[in-house]
Amino acid sequence: MKTKITIAITGLNNTDNPGPGVPVIRGIRESEAFDARIIGLAYENLEPGIYIPGIIDKTYQIPYPSAGSDELMQRIFQIHELEHIDVLIPNFDAELFTFIIGKERLAEKGIRTFLPTLQQFEEREKTNLPEYGEKYKIKVPNSKAITSYHDINNLRQEFDYPLLVKGKFYDAYLAYNPEQVINHFNKISAKWGLPVIIQEFVKGTEVNVIALGDGNGNTIGAVPMRKQYITDKGKAWGGITVSDQKMLDITTKLISETKWRGGMELEMIKTSQGDYYLIEINPRIPAWVYLAIGAGQNMPEALVQMALGKEVKPFTKYDIGKMFIRYSWDMIGDISQFEQLSINGELEL
Amino acid sequence: MKLKSNVAISDSGFVFDANTGESYSLNPIGIEILNELKQSKITEDLFAYLNNKYEVAEFTLEQNLMDFLSQLKQYGIIDE
Repeated sequence: MKTKITIAITGLNNTDNPGPGVPVIRGIRESEAFDARIIGLAYENLEPGIYIPGIIDKTYQIPYPSAGSDELMQRIFQIHELEHIDVLIPNFDAELFTFIIGKERLAEKGIRTFLPTLQQFEEREKTNLPEYGEKYKIKVPNSKAITSYHDINNLRQEFDYPLLVKGKFYDAYLAYNPEQVINHFNKISAKWGLPVIIQEFVKGTEVNVIALGDGNGNTIGAVPMRKQYITDKGKAWGGITVSDQKMLDITTKLISETKWRGGMELEMIKTSQGDYYLIEINPRIPAWVYLAIGAGQNMPEALVQMALGKEVKPFTKYDIGKMFIRYSWDMIGDISQFEQLSINGELEL
Repeated sequence: MKLKSNVAISDSGFVFDANTGESYSLNPIGIEILNELKQSKITEDLFAYLNNKYEVAEFTLEQNLMDFLSQLKQYGIIDE
């Protein structure tokens, strides 16, 4: 018999820069263990996941973390009084800090999470990548956090062009000269704030691993994927599971040493010499999680089980050669739905 | 040289490298050569096999076979 449960989920922006919310929900909906009521938590009124039939039972608007951590938490508690949330799965990098530092407050109210510790979260930040690589003996590209134009003039001393200009949470652009770095610096800092990260460009194939750690050093699941179709934002629009043992070894070693708790995505570049460079760790389930589910590892379900304190046996296999292909699909909504969300801050389809 | 263990070929000539996720299409002769390479072979054996089976100028066969094998090596489909 399935367990009835209420799960609140963010990241409903299924746009060309998609959040993981909708595929996480699909995994939970397909679970044999749970009969879930899904509460969507939306920052914007037009996040597509809100309007997709069969995905969310009820959506509530929440304030951006930039409006203040306390405001966000108060809104979650307000929703909790109405919905009795059992598990909360945040899916945005930018909100994770708030939920990590607030997880005891959430737990006191009976809202369970399964998040990395603050130390795990902070040490893998892009600005700390060189130290991270050194600590865990993983090859990483040279990176530097910059905060002003002045730093751009000195980049030639440390980096060759082209180089990557990255936001602290999202976005990455290739720059071939200082003028392009200035353009990207302005664009990224306006959107994501400072610092902006400059990273050595490593030529090779981009390969990613989605993984789930139990917080005791065990890898509960791991699936490597090669991007087959990449959007101009660098997002995977198509990908395929591969049998890359070296990537899996790097992942399990990293989870074992860091005792990573929760979902994660390792972004790596495999060079033509067969070397792997870690370019980023996303501290949450990635948007392509549905591929892992399709390949036999329902990580959202496993994450919910662990949030509930249940013991989860590690997945031992996945299907190689499973592909995902994203597509866009125009839904027809009604202004009354938009009105409900805008005026009342909640919507039940 | 030998086909890598992570490479699968279907009857239709579709080749999938499970390690990299790359896929390729082969023509019938390509399928035949890769099927031969499921067992370890030296170039001379492959050459003799094709030379016996097909009516082809030796020079042309040698040139085309070497080109094809070097492509397979470049794509990481076969081991030396």
